[in-house]
Amino acid sequence: MIDSRTSFLRNLDWTTVFIYLLLVIMGWINIYAAVYNDQHKSIFEISQRYGSQMLWILAAFVLVFVIFMIDLKFYTFFAYPIYGLSLLLLILVLVMGREINGARAWLFIGKFSIQPAEFAKVATALAIAKYLSAYNIKVTSLRALLSVGLIIFLPMVLIILQPDAGSLLVFFSFSIMLFREGLPGGVLIFGFVLAVLFFVSLVVLKVYIIAAIVLIGYLAFVLYTRNYKETLIGFSLTVALFFLFWGIMKVSHKTNDFYFIIAASFFLSGLVFLVITFFRKIRHVAAFVLFLFSAIFFAYSVEYMYHHILHEHQRDRMDILLGLKQDPLGMGYNVNQSMIAIGSGGFAGKGFLQGTQTKYNFVPEQSTDFIFCTVGEEWGFMGTAVVVGLFMFLLIRVIFISERQRSTFSRVYGYSVASILFFHFAINVGMTIGVLPVIGIPLPFFSYGGSSLWSFTILLFVLIRLDASRMELLK
Amino acid sequence: MNPYAFRRYIVGAIFVLTGLIYIVRLFYLQIIDRSYERSAENNSRRLITQYPARGLIYDRNGQLIVYNEAAYDLMITPVEVKTFDTVEFSKIINLPIEVVREKIRKSRVKTNTNNIFKPSLFVGQLSAENYALLGEKLYKYPGFFVQTRTLRKYANKTAAHLLGYVGEIDSSGIKKDHYYKTGDYIGISGLEKTYETDLRGRKGTNILLVDVHNRVKGSFQNGRADTVAIVGSDLTTTLDANLQEYGEFLMQNMRGSAVAIEPATGEILAMVSAPTYDPGLLIGRGRRVNFPYLQNDPMKPLFFRSAMANYPPGSTFKIVNGIIGLQEGVLTPNTHYSCAGGYNYGGSKLLKCTHVHGSLNLPQAVQQSCNTYFCNVFRSIIDNRKYSSTNQSYNVWRDDVMSFGLGKKFNSDISNELSGNVPSSGYYDRVFGKDRWKSNTIISLAIGQAELGITPLQMANIVTTIANRGYYYTPHLVKKILNKQGIDSRFLEKHTTPFDTSAYGVIIQGMYAAVNEAGGTAYWVNMQNLGIDMCGKTGTAQNPHGENHSVFIAFAPRENPRIAIAVFVENAGYGATWAGRIASLMVEKYLKGTRTRKPMEDFVLTFKYKK
Repeated sequence: MIDSRTSFLRNLDWTTVFIYLLLVIMGWINIYAAVYNDQHKSIFEISQRYGSQMLWILAAFVLVFVIFMIDLKFYTFFAYPIYGLSLLLLILVLVMGREINGARAWLFIGKFSIQPAEFAKVATALAIAKYLSAYNIKVTSLRALLSVGLIIFLPMVLIILQPDAGSLLVFFSFSIMLFREGLPGGVLIFGFVLAVLFFVSLVVLKVYIIAAIVLIGYLAFVLYTRNYKETLIGFSLTVALFFLFWGIMKVSHKTNDFYFIIAASFFLSGLVFLVITFFRKIRHVAAFVLFLFSAIFFAYSVEYMYHHILHEHQRDRMDILLGLKQDPLGMGYNVNQSMIAIGSGGFAGKGFLQGTQTKYNFVPEQSTDFIFCTVGEEWGFMGTAVVVGLFMFLLIRVIFISERQRSTFSRVYGYSVASILFFHFAINVGMTIGVLPVIGIPLPFFSYGGSSLWSFTILLFVLIRLDASRMELLK
Repeated sequence: MNPYAFRRYIVGAIFVLTGLIYIVRLFYLQIIDRSYERSAENNSRRLITQYPARGLIYDRNGQLIVYNEAAYDLMITPVEVKTFDTVEFSKIINLPIEVVREKIRKSRVKTNTNNIFKPSLFVGQLSAENYALLGEKLYKYPGFFVQTRTLRKYANKTAAHLLGYVGEIDSSGIKKDHYYKTGDYIGISGLEKTYETDLRGRKGTNILLVDVHNRVKGSFQNGRADTVAIVGSDLTTTLDANLQEYGEFLMQNMRGSAVAIEPATGEILAMVSAPTYDPGLLIGRGRRVNFPYLQNDPMKPLFFRSAMANYPPGSTFKIVNGIIGLQEGVLTPNTHYSCAGGYNYGGSKLLKCTHVHGSLNLPQAVQQSCNTYFCNVFRSIIDNRKYSSTNQSYNVWRDDVMSFGLGKKFNSDISNELSGNVPSSGYYDRVFGKDRWKSNTIISLAIGQAELGITPLQMANIVTTIANRGYYYTPHLVKKILNKQGIDSRFLEKHTTPFDTSAYGVIIQGMYAAVNEAGGTAYWVNMQNLGIDMCGKTGTAQNPHGENHSVFIAFAPRENPRIAIAVFVENAGYGATWAGRIASLMVEKYLKGTRTRKPMEDFVLTFKYKK
């Protein structure tokens, strides 16, 4: 045993452990700065968020110890039961959870509360790893793809019922892992386009969407096939038809709905284009036209369902879910305040506890989703660069660890860890610096909250545990 | 080997690329674009302006004329407003309930100009009673608070035109002077405007740190960056409040003006512009109601006649022509002209005189205001052989006239002062043609008629100059500004006329006789029995607006004069009847402090315009 313990400690990836500790402690200090007030000056004050975060951190260390103690085979053997348990918790939260901010996401056990969706990520990662590590399973096969899709899809359905947009979207991050495992890139791009289209069609006027689809369609076509002449003919046809319809509407004094004018002219010209190119034997045209038609149809139906089929309260929930209604001061308030806080930090920051924006509630959710603002305001560019750098280092390190695994299970799990961490990091930091829409998900290890800290700790340390025993052959 | 192993590099590249994009973005946000730094300051620092009390205004004897009274503005912070009993609330602040509801609804609408997170004015200037009522119950209405500011108050409702008023600054004013912010008060006319920078003092600012809900979290840098408000400087005016009030009392039924100056200093003792109005009508909430009302009054109370009305001076102007005649050497005190009841100025054209005066010398002509005599004087000035042309002699005459301060602004501290009109030779060239006019063409100037336009202030300055025997100081309204050494140097500059002192003596002799000797045009306003030696000159100014203006100028006592006064009563007829009595009563009031001639006062008060 002594032998195995020493080899375990020797094989333990101390670099990752060290980065983890660094991030957790930096997070704690920044939570202290974000909610600091004169009445409770001690960082150990249990009644305050920084005090309780300290407790979560200490509890997380205990969790780490437990994870290290548990036998390696436990994770492979119990992957499915753990997954099932997490689904059960997700059902339980829908039944017994308490509604906070319009979402039934929290399960209360006495004084404690947990967020099952956070743990479902870990469970799903384990389940996928288990499935894909089975003999003779290839991601490229349709059956495997559908099965993996189902594993991801089940918790997503339960989470959408809460509804919790942030956690829901995180599950899309598994596609990064699937890509590494061989998922065709085209599928990813197609999925990505659909996801963007879904979002955009709820936020942007459909006229702009259809105009954008048509323009991008022609552009993509010309770049892909290099048929300049045909594209020009097709595009001119669309434009000509557009003005023809517009003129007709104008003359007949109908209120001109540009959406239908563009749609009609494009459909007509698309059909004509199809016929022309068919005789000229130009390939891929049908696929392109079909793709554009379906994109327009998809955007239109999403928009239609949203406004005509959903009920008012459901729509409200969707709005909250999509972050459309979280703005107390109108669109962009959160992001604007967040950018002001970060921007005002300058190069070296205002100094520890000297931030004015984050401290006086200008930035919403300053200790949870917008904790990065505190870093930006008080530590400046030096601070934010260090944090971004640490995350980059951690992510690359996780890829490195995953690649050195000898078992598919560990590798798939490792990539899942990297995918989830990356998604959280990218979305969270991206929204605070105004490059991505506001989606409320925590910054791993940094944001205040027991559930998220523990779930990320478990997520990472299960990988470290697997890695420490990488020499033992896993099935 | 896993056929997709190379994809690790693609995944890694996506991760690193994202990180790099974020770092570039952060570099831009935090180091290149400095606008966020400013936004942050605006965000969390709230400048609380400390409004200093505006300077008080005193009269020359230290009597308080204008002071401040607290006013209470009800402010609203829309986001903090909770549901409350609007019925009770509307009763307390004395506004109809619909108005209250509408105001609240409007305040909550978010627009570019209406920030629902910042306090804005809900109702301005609550009365003290309403404020007292509200004060007790304010806790029931979260989102509302009361901000105190000061309003001008007038001790005796006097001198409205002179004092001017204070009002909220408009947007063009803010553009001109960055000291002011929206909602600040500024002197809009009168002394309030002229001495704005002295009266306003200096605003102070307290910089507070506030959170997103505008809740104060403490002072910025412990108040090190705060500035203290400096109280406005008090003004001591040259006015005699009692005299001013008395003049307004006497002229209450009239249109016209009475201007009294202390000759030795140019200090304006009184400047009555009748009809006047209660300056309190134009402060605070009342202005919106009262201003149009005053503006539409056919008596035109808002018109500041003392400095803006162009009156023909009428016969009072004869003394000016007399002095010029003496100076030009075309006249001696003993020059006699014979009056047969008028002056023939070519063909059968006759400028009538009031009487057949017979043969008169200069003092007698002044005493009896003989038109014929002064037409002859004017002719000899203008047709003087000494000058090569009428043009030249006219210009000499005009310069002499203007040396009394006529035809131009004094550039004093009186707002809205106009320049009057002494026509130039060029004007007559245009009207009659070059070299086609001479004394007889413009003979009306001899008796102060025609194009001549003189403001009551300028008229008073003529008397001042005569009382001083040849000089004046720019008439002005302010004696002292607290914390400032002396008065403006332009009020200490002596303006001397180019005439010999002896010329004044002759004229004064005539003016003395006009009041104090039998046969004088103003004999019945003499104050011999009161021991006051007043010198005066009547005027009855023809004008295109109906009945003649009644004009009287006077100074007293004859030696070391202490008051010079000019009175105009529009469309009131003969000079001595109304203007003369008012001048006489005011001189007594100022010199003796008494009002001994009740019947005369009563007579003046009977004045009435025919409908």
